Amino acid sequence: MASLSRTFRPLARAATSSSRTLRPAFTRTSPQARCLSATMPRREVDIADIPPTPISHLSETEMLMADSVQKFANDAILPKVREMDEAEMMDPAVVEQLFEQGLMGIEIPEEYGGSGMNFTSAIIAIEELARIDPSVSVMCDVHNTLCNTALLKYGSENLKKKWLPKLATDTVASFCLSEPVSGSDAFALATKATRTENGYKINGGKMWITNSYEANFFIVFANLDPSKKYKGITAFIVEKGTPGFEISKKEKKLGIKASSTCVITFDDVEIPKENLLGNEFEGYKYAIGLLNEGRIGIAAQMTGLALGAWENAANYVWNDRKQFGQYVGEFQGMQHQLAQAWTEIQAARALVFNAARKKEAGEDFVMDAAMAKLYSSQIAGKVSGQAVEWMGGMGFVREGLAEKFFRDSKIGAIYEGTSNIQLTTIAKQLQKTYTR
Amino acid sequence: MSGLRVLVPIKRVIDYAVKPRVNRAQTAVETANVKHSMNPFDELSIEEAIRLRERKVPIQEIVAFSAGPTKSQDILRTAMAMGADRSIHVVVEEKDPQLEPLGVAKLLKKVVEEQKSDLVILGKQSIDDDASQTGQMLAGLLGWPQATQASKVDISDKTVTVTKEVDGGVETVKANLPMIITTDLRLNEPRYASLPNIMKAKKKPLEKKTLKDYGLDEQPRLKTVKVTEPPPRKGGVKVDDVDGMISKLKELGAL
Repeated sequence: MASLSRTFRPLARAATSSSRTLRPAFTRTSPQARCLSATMPRREVDIADIPPTPISHLSETEMLMADSVQKFANDAILPKVREMDEAEMMDPAVVEQLFEQGLMGIEIPEEYGGSGMNFTSAIIAIEELARIDPSVSVMCDVHNTLCNTALLKYGSENLKKKWLPKLATDTVASFCLSEPVSGSDAFALATKATRTENGYKINGGKMWITNSYEANFFIVFANLDPSKKYKGITAFIVEKGTPGFEISKKEKKLGIKASSTCVITFDDVEIPKENLLGNEFEGYKYAIGLLNEGRIGIAAQMTGLALGAWENAANYVWNDRKQFGQYVGEFQGMQHQLAQAWTEIQAARALVFNAARKKEAGEDFVMDAAMAKLYSSQIAGKVSGQAVEWMGGMGFVREGLAEKFFRDSKIGAIYEGTSNIQLTTIAKQLQKTYTR
Repeated sequence: MSGLRVLVPIKRVIDYAVKPRVNRAQTAVETANVKHSMNPFDELSIEEAIRLRERKVPIQEIVAFSAGPTKSQDILRTAMAMGADRSIHVVVEEKDPQLEPLGVAKLLKKVVEEQKSDLVILGKQSIDDDASQTGQMLAGLLGWPQATQASKVDISDKTVTVTKEVDGGVETVKANLPMIITTDLRLNEPRYASLPNIMKAKKKPLEKKTLKDYGLDEQPRLKTVKVTEPPPRKGGVKVDDVDGMISKLKELGAL
């Protein structure tokens, strides 16, 4: 049936030149597989015959892990959230516990000492952590969905054997792409690499690097041949402590304060040949692929944040705060806002989980990921802002977490592709589909 | 000495953080669409079994057991993710006659005999009906020694020393295996199931059985007449100092 409708599409197009009925983006045919994902697509079998389930449906293992992470976040992280935010520093004990729980090697196969779980599990973990602390969540997200995935997908067997067991158990990783001159225009990066006798030498600087304060393992993108423009970009692995590698200024931020963001400089940093990640001149492809799926992680961080902010406020307005003789959450004006916000959160979650499942199924998920990230960061901003208002004075003071969720939400529209960049990605694909 | 065979019976209950609500007909507590999890006291039992093994007490096997609806498998998986070796599930659906503590104890006796268990660690009570009877009844049926409300357990060779929490202090008792222990809150702090262990738990065997397999056909002996919520708590008052408190208590006739 699918192939039939596809065969006839040109005909249909010709017949309806008015284009009013031309809606190729919504043909419910089996999608073409085009996989940019790290984990093996579970698509050896055709999934067309599997009865569709609700997007919110989780496997037994996923449910168990959601429960376990939720409990862990509530008991072990929650008591430290405020303190870490004020100190603008991640508690090393939290990092250690993340490793102990297997949360830093979610998709790393068991033979490398990881948890051997699927991509959606990582998404669930990131969401659950963000419900409590978006800073801890982003550490876990960057480490798992960008760094571990990069190594799993592009690393040589030797690199994998050397690093994956460490990344799963005690070494925080960091992904160095952004630079003072290159953010949204990621491929304009100016950091250069040159070949040496035994490997490579890197010179330049990186900025806005998440996890950099805690990390010992850095994936660094540098241009090995600027004459090739962005096609010269190559990915390398740099260990902390390599001479010439320096983590300098630690940024003071509006939100996710406990997550470190530093400036890094490279001054004749020499690395051995083995530290080349994948092949020369393919770094730009890796970066696109990784960011495409990393985006789903940020989207999950944002839905988790929105859930956390909503729940925090809901608990207050329905259990604590009374005005005019009743709980403030009993006023219809409040109830409708809470219901609207909840609906929007669930809509965003549907986008996030759909993108994650499509990625796992080996389908093209680029636009889904962009939509998920765009919308969930918007909803996170909106709901966490409303939540502060619902809680009134208690939402505004730094005693509770409402104001923190609000501050933390802003980053969602900025990192791993700004909202405008997501819109561009979505629009480009739409235009491609709808251009006759 | 061959290793101990430990049996840990666990129960799926409404999550402790959820406020239970009585249904309209006042016949039971609402369970549909309510978060359930392992009875917290049973988590302590599983944890203690694992810790005994980690403390090098020779343990051959830790078997988790639950009787309840199909969903009880979730808590058995959790138990295995925490460290139990395998589990047995006796399916008792919600529409079936529900087991009472004596029924559970009779069932457990059969399981103990079948599994040749020599140590059973149970939660001192389940937080749904709070009966606190199963462990004691099982000890009675088996004719084994029991130590309830354990806050510390030591096993050396065949001798078990248990510190129990009692009113006004602790009581230390000693008994020989086989025996029954029921756990109290201060015994340990249960671990979270780590992700790799959750994956490992998937491969651990979970055996499904029915009451018939154990030759049991338990009918309830009790009839629930009515279930009601406790009266809502009346707001308290703040007193300025001890004298204020004493005069308030006198005023209320409590002193």
